[in-house]
Amino acid sequence: MKFAVITFPGSNCDRDVCHVTGEVLQVTTEMLRHDVRQDLTDYDTVILPGGFSYGDYLRSGAIARFSPIMEDVINYAEVGGPVLGICNGFQILLEAGLLPGAMKVNDSVKFVCRQVKITVENSEIAFTGSLTRGETLQMPVAHQEGNYYIDPVGLEELEANNQVVFRYLNQKENPNGSLADIAGICNQEKNVLGLMPHPERASEKILGSEDGKKIFASLLDYLSSREES
Amino acid sequence: MTEENVWESEGLTAEEYEMITAGLGRRPNRTELGMFGVMWSEHCSYKNSLAVLRNFPTEGDRVLQGPGENAGIIDIGDGQAVSFKIESHNHPSAIEPYQGAATGVGGIIRDIFTMGARPIALLDSLRFGELADEHVRYLFEEVVAGIAGYGNSIGVPTVAGETFFSPSYRGNPLVNAMCVGLMDQQDISTATARGIGNPVMVVGAATGRDGIQGASFASDELTEESEEDRPAVQVGDPFMEKLLLEASLELIKTGALVGIQDMGAAGLISSSSEMASRGNSGIEMDIDLVPKREEGMTPYEVLLSESQERMLVVPRRGKEELVKEIFKKWGLNAAVIGKVTADGKIRVYNQEEPAAEVPVRLLVDDAPVYQREGRRPGYLDELQEFSSRDFLAERKKNRSGTDYNQELEKLLTSANLAAKSSIYEQYDHMVQLNTVILPGSDAAVLRIKGKNKGLALTVDCNGRYCYLDPEGGAEIAVAEAARNLVCSGAEPLAVTDGLNFGNPMNPEVFWQFEKAAAGITRACQQLNTPVTGGNVSFYNESPVGAIYPTPIIGMVGLLEDLNQSTDQYFKDEGDLIVLLGETGAELGGSEYLKVVHDRVSGKIPELDFAREKAVQNLCLKAIKQGLVKSAHDCAEGGLAVALFESCSGNSRGARVAFETELLPEELLFSESQSRIIISLAEENLAEFSELADESQAGYQIIGRVQGRTLRINSLIEVEIEELKAKWQAALPAMIN
Repeated sequence: MKFAVITFPGSNCDRDVCHVTGEVLQVTTEMLRHDVRQDLTDYDTVILPGGFSYGDYLRSGAIARFSPIMEDVINYAEVGGPVLGICNGFQILLEAGLLPGAMKVNDSVKFVCRQVKITVENSEIAFTGSLTRGETLQMPVAHQEGNYYIDPVGLEELEANNQVVFRYLNQKENPNGSLADIAGICNQEKNVLGLMPHPERASEKILGSEDGKKIFASLLDYLSSREES
Repeated sequence: MTEENVWESEGLTAEEYEMITAGLGRRPNRTELGMFGVMWSEHCSYKNSLAVLRNFPTEGDRVLQGPGENAGIIDIGDGQAVSFKIESHNHPSAIEPYQGAATGVGGIIRDIFTMGARPIALLDSLRFGELADEHVRYLFEEVVAGIAGYGNSIGVPTVAGETFFSPSYRGNPLVNAMCVGLMDQQDISTATARGIGNPVMVVGAATGRDGIQGASFASDELTEESEEDRPAVQVGDPFMEKLLLEASLELIKTGALVGIQDMGAAGLISSSSEMASRGNSGIEMDIDLVPKREEGMTPYEVLLSESQERMLVVPRRGKEELVKEIFKKWGLNAAVIGKVTADGKIRVYNQEEPAAEVPVRLLVDDAPVYQREGRRPGYLDELQEFSSRDFLAERKKNRSGTDYNQELEKLLTSANLAAKSSIYEQYDHMVQLNTVILPGSDAAVLRIKGKNKGLALTVDCNGRYCYLDPEGGAEIAVAEAARNLVCSGAEPLAVTDGLNFGNPMNPEVFWQFEKAAAGITRACQQLNTPVTGGNVSFYNESPVGAIYPTPIIGMVGLLEDLNQSTDQYFKDEGDLIVLLGETGAELGGSEYLKVVHDRVSGKIPELDFAREKAVQNLCLKAIKQGLVKSAHDCAEGGLAVALFESCSGNSRGARVAFETELLPEELLFSESQSRIIISLAEENLAEFSELADESQAGYQIIGRVQGRTLRINSLIEVEIEELKAKWQAALPAMIN
């Protein structure tokens, strides 16, 4: 099994994700540069990490989505490859059109870094198969633009298709004012997931929570069962 | 300005101008004079502080690099090292708070990766006026946003800090940032220019007109007109610095470098001349070759520009293309601008036309050093005479029935003691996946990946103590920083100091400076924590006068076993609460007197180093034996505040009973030093007592973790959840 983590200029959680997938989960993980075209079909999962790609100048993710490798990520997603976007990675997926909706600046207009509780709304996709619907997970957020928005029709579609994968437990736990307390969504095909909380920051006991590891573990379960079949 | 006082515009004195003329054997031209102006400024030359700083203990078994480089380095074993330093950005933050704070963070991060270390943590130590003032609120919010904006983007977690409010900082906030980096010892780099003919290269951002004379600006008082000095404040680009960081570390790993230096204060001129000074060499450069982003810049402007995110590097001859290749990959400039020479001179050309020629020795090493005059300030006698006991007795006569619950609440909802989560939640304090103990406890603890050890980090200073007694206050700052680390389970290793004072030409300010430095020297000797570097910031004055003397202590400690990391929060119902050390009638300079009675006076708490060491040793030993569940330094606000803080984390209550001769106010709020509150399981009491009885620390079992309320004798009874909510809401309420 082999994972790819894409490093954009200004990514700063790329090493963190590699640490968790490579060291903690023992999956071969390669860091790929933003500016080199690549056939990604060799990889079992592609991860877009958090950070401030291109300084988040203009709008978070707005410049990164024009990186040469994003064409390959889009191709990879189109053939059903699992793509995970965390925080800034989620923002890039929105900008690239792989996920619907957009990010606004947090309600507080400030950066927010703290532990939040989220609930699992859809436990039937590659990233959540080992979780149960309604289960509560605790993991940190760290962002300034995580206030997810989509128009009413879009929201209805998301809900109807079970594309809302994670929600903040309640309004009090919602750190950014996102619509319908949305913390993470997937595409219609369910192979592309974007979420604002950082599962890689909650994957080791020493750091206070292992709830994030459950997402990676689900993914590994899914991938190994796919290999077997 | 007349022909005769041309030096004044460069911040030099007539005597200094004479020294320059004598040294050169001629009058300096305008460019040369500008070079001397910045290099002989306090910021670059330490001319008013060097004589005092020389007394600091700077050596120790673990010190690999002491003061004099971009940052100090200590050995943490396993072939690894930690580089760390604190630096101020006070004046820029007073004028343009967001950019001032942001570039302060950027500058200290560069100092760390210049040494070859990957930055793994930031800490900040902030001082503002009182939040009732609208301008102060603006400064506070923008400074915090600036630190967040830079640190979050570049991906270095801000893991600890302190924020203190006092009218003394109203016109002149203090913004000190500390950065800590981790490296393999084989990657240690230095800022040296050696090897005749080796190329000198500028890498990173292009040079513009920003920040010209910033170093001189930092070496003068702020005035009403300072707001017009905005061009002297640089603009930061954390994205650019993130690229520069990755490119520089990649370059250092290749082994192609002779030396590398951050271009911070006084930009190209200070980086080139300091590198040449360390290498006993000279440097020849053509400013026409420096990548620029503005047209028509003069040599003066190019040499003095403080454009951010630039480095000066000296690779081995023949490695120029390698340097360019690495930087190109990261989308950055790299240009050869000159070479290392043998003649000990900085020679500057502009399109091959000579623009300046100055001996390095004269510019760097022979900068004047002054022994300023110090005089004990007149205000001290009266302030120190104040007796809190007489004052409290008087108060008792005039009223009956003090509500101590109310006084505790008043303290916990005051700006200095209120929860700081609304600040540190704006900082990414978890990126890089190392933060084991998060902000809010005594010290942050970071793990070191791949090893079972960790680092503990803290910054500390009580400016009010230092105002009342600079020497004692500075000693307490060092002792408390060490105590914070010990409470977290770490052995204190070394210190970086951020010395913030008023105008040193004022003898009373200089006396404060000398005394504070003496206090640091003594405490660092006693606690065996050498000073490996730091920063002096003078001229922190504003129309309302000099700031409180504020010698900020940044300290790094090592946990040999990460499993010993300990936070300050009570854990389990029924655990015993033990107070190490002794509580005395020491309310002088306390938060209690300030917040409840609006008084800044009295004798500050005594510090007895023998007891301090005994308490720290006992605490650390007990932690290492696995006996301690929580440990918390009992400091500002006293026992009652410390107990509340220990209760707050896991929303535990505590029942505390205490036999004492002290007045209730003294028992609850005295700030006696060398005290630590620990909690432990009852089954470990025997083993703990054995340790404690061998120690000179003194200890007392004062109660138990119990229920949901905090009770202290019959004086205090408060619901933790309720008070916690008020404590957390207090600071945001003062802003909005």
